[in-house]
Amino acid sequence: MRTALVSLLSGTLFGAGLALGGMTNPLRVRGFLDIFGDWDPTLAFVMGGAVIVMAIAWRIAGRIARPLVESEFHLPSKADLTPRLIGGAALFGIGWGVAGLCPGPGIAALVIEPASAAIFVLAMLAGMAVIRLFERRPS
Amino acid sequence: MTLPGFPEAAPLAGLVGGVLIGLAAAVMLLALGRIAGVSGLAAKAVGLGGSGITRSGAWMFVLGLPLGALIVALLSGGIEASFADPLVLAIAGLLVGIGTRLGSGCTSGHGVCGVSRLSARSLVATATFMVAGIATVAVMNALGLEVLR
Repeated sequence: MRTALVSLLSGTLFGAGLALGGMTNPLRVRGFLDIFGDWDPTLAFVMGGAVIVMAIAWRIAGRIARPLVESEFHLPSKADLTPRLIGGAALFGIGWGVAGLCPGPGIAALVIEPASAAIFVLAMLAGMAVIRLFERRPS
Repeated sequence: MTLPGFPEAAPLAGLVGGVLIGLAAAVMLLALGRIAGVSGLAAKAVGLGGSGITRSGAWMFVLGLPLGALIVALLSGGIEASFADPLVLAIAGLLVGIGTRLGSGCTSGHGVCGVSRLSARSLVATATFMVAGIATVAVMNALGLEVLR
């Protein structure tokens, strides 16, 4: 119950930040990626603000034995730079550039332009399902 | 507030929005001990893998995203947005879905949470998707492909 409430709080803050920072507008996101054209640096401020706050949070996390609600930290521990990581990030980046949407803004935009956002989100879930199918196949 | 030379930019709104996103990720980290990675949480919510959080927790986070955007829209009197056509959105969505699962994350998990932790995987992933995104927009512009309505 507490986990669900904290998750809702985190998601709501996240969605509000995306909307306030202009990230739910693909025009702004593509404007940021358009460094050779009419560059819009807004996304750099969004990233900067988020990374500074999180850098402080990581320092705090290093000093507490366990999180406030759950009994232990569950953090990624992989360190290997694989072709899968780089290839996946490249495919994601191409999709991001094509429509100016990544997963968070796509989902948040369901209340801003429902039909368009729904097409993006459903296609994204279909893409995730494709990977899930391949991973389930015994090798 | 505007930025000299960039009349379209909204640096203050961007910074405040970014701080909210950072706080959201900090709540996830310090209260639940987890990464606020949207692609992983969305996959978890619909049963397509993803992080180890409970499914109800993943759903609540995912539902919070439009809820937060709705609150901002109501308080600010609407949010401007231009989207691409359905076919373009579908192609982009597929690429984003496949890419984020293969690459274990997106702008939030790698770009915000991983970069701020100086994770080598996240730094490489973030540099990769930024370069890919920049190259994609540059190529599309060179070809005269205007996708946003």
